[in-house]
Amino acid sequence: MELIGHMMDGFATSLSPLNLMIVVLGVTAGLFIGAMPGLGSVNGVAIVLPLTFIVPPSSAIILLAAIYYGAMYGGAVSSILLGIPGASTAVATTFDGRPMAQQGKAGLALIAAAVASFVGGTISVILFTLFAAPLADIALQFGPPEEFALVLLAFTTFVGLGGDDVLKTIIMICLGLALSTVGLDLISGQPRLIFFDQPGFYSGISFLVLAIGAYGVGEILYTIETSKSAPQVTPARLTFRELGHGLKEMNRLWKTMSFGSLIGFFVGMLPAAGATPAALMAYGLAKVTSKNSDQFGKGAIEGVAAPETANNAASTGSLLPMLTLGIPGSPTTALLLGGMVMWGLVPGPMLFIEQPDFVWGLISSLYTANFAAVLVNLALIPVFVWALRMPFTVLCALVLILCIVGGYAPSQKMHDVWLIVGFGVGGYLLRKADYPMAPLVLALVLGPLMEKSFRQTLIAEQGNILAFIERPLSATFIAISAIFFLLPLLKYARGLTRSKATA
Amino acid sequence: MLIADRLIAAAIMAMSAYFMWHAMVLPIGWNGMTGGPGGGAFPFWLSAIMFVCAGAILVRSLRGKSDYAGDFFDPDTLRAVVTVVIALVVTIALIPWVGSYIALPLFLFWYLKIFGKHSWALTLSIIIGTPLFLFFFFEVTLKILLPKGLTEPFFVPLYAMFF
Repeated sequence: MELIGHMMDGFATSLSPLNLMIVVLGVTAGLFIGAMPGLGSVNGVAIVLPLTFIVPPSSAIILLAAIYYGAMYGGAVSSILLGIPGASTAVATTFDGRPMAQQGKAGLALIAAAVASFVGGTISVILFTLFAAPLADIALQFGPPEEFALVLLAFTTFVGLGGDDVLKTIIMICLGLALSTVGLDLISGQPRLIFFDQPGFYSGISFLVLAIGAYGVGEILYTIETSKSAPQVTPARLTFRELGHGLKEMNRLWKTMSFGSLIGFFVGMLPAAGATPAALMAYGLAKVTSKNSDQFGKGAIEGVAAPETANNAASTGSLLPMLTLGIPGSPTTALLLGGMVMWGLVPGPMLFIEQPDFVWGLISSLYTANFAAVLVNLALIPVFVWALRMPFTVLCALVLILCIVGGYAPSQKMHDVWLIVGFGVGGYLLRKADYPMAPLVLALVLGPLMEKSFRQTLIAEQGNILAFIERPLSATFIAISAIFFLLPLLKYARGLTRSKATA
Repeated sequence: MLIADRLIAAAIMAMSAYFMWHAMVLPIGWNGMTGGPGGGAFPFWLSAIMFVCAGAILVRSLRGKSDYAGDFFDPDTLRAVVTVVIALVVTIALIPWVGSYIALPLFLFWYLKIFGKHSWALTLSIIIGTPLFLFFFFEVTLKILLPKGLTEPFFVPLYAMFF
């Protein structure tokens, strides 16, 4: 089997001492970032990205993927111990994790979350391994029209399935795309959108600047407001006897965890959905199918296991379209994609042919990251209890310093640092007014690809706009996009007729 | 909340108009010669969509169909957020002038001691530890020089030692 050969090669890469060290370092950092209330995987990756210049590009991506994984594990820690979700992805974990902690079963809840995360992560990585190569093969047939149609599809999922205000979602998509056009025109090379004649805009707006602004500075401003009172940390003790008991408990939950993993993986692949809705869906499904559904919300262990398997599976699921198609499945993977492009590794099907060592090294390192995360997570529980007592003002000050220096480091221009503050304040205000952030970041990362594929197609076809629907694959994508786009309109129309009927 | 919603929508409309004005420097229409849109078309029409959507939000909010309740800001939050933003702006403005190794510790001092009301021990250990980490991580390991401004001469002996 070809796949086994690839995986053997991959493990040869990921088990090298440097990469193993990086994985352990990454999941540990991710666990702490994820455990901090308010900071999740996307904030962690945004803040840490500039620091990853210290290792070679392929290891840097492994480091970021490990942080992503670690943050998914860590999110559960503050959900359980503080009752505040460590990241939005861990919201569903508070429903039963918090009651368990209040009943003195915090240790058991933490074990359940860690084991469930491990199961979700492992099942989804196996699915990932099986799907990656076939999907990349299909993607090899993509030309510019398909690329454009696929990016369009990714954006329309936000409109159709995102659940946010449709008008605000469209604004954020357009804003991200418009910001991505700043700099030099891709085709003619002419400068455009050079605001206030600032020379800094000639090189465009880096995704990193927007990410550090919106997810670093913006998030801290948001945290200042939500963290006025110091939260109460529930103590958690962990003994080997409890660990054994926890593992026995988890052994009964295979059905819940398998469902959670499948939901997470497939929902995670959609750009608009991702880990948060996947976790909520898995929680809902576990509650409906469970024999003791009346215990849910009062400290049922299934209520911790289901969302935690799903959110970890979703983070793997969102990596799949990013790596095989070059379309990220979540804001965090959008940042990973941006980082890869910055290091000269262009995600997409060609990566599987040109850089098989890197691709399979990354995939196999997801397995090692999972192992490392569950071990580090269980071992460091006492440290988390201590770290969560860290006052917010210390955390905020340090993150802001990292934002300033990390924003300056990649291109060494004060211009970028000013932009970060601008995006931070702007992003904070927009977020407060319920404008979604995820489509903005995805649009900025995918903008150049979208414009280039659109214009390349039209130049190749001498301006024939029908070129997009004359090829079967791109026509299919466009048709699905149209359906997603019309969904909110249909809902609106149905709402109108219904309100007329009742009036 | 309603007022904030309207203000933000109006600000987005103004920004879109500004983007559109900028994009018009390049051809925004269909270029018959090469096929396909000109260089300004993408930013222009995307900003136009943004303008229309923000306009729709404004109209919706003026017709009172918005279901928001409560204040956008409470006074305490507003004061805290505004002071942090001002401190950030002052710090960044100071960096090219007095250098990162004075501006950033000053910011930390303000944030930890005055804003956060932490103890001297904690404040001082972070104020001393952070620049050390930044120097060894960015300058020594990554060879990325942070702006030093006036303090540049003091670093010359350090450069000689580490490079």
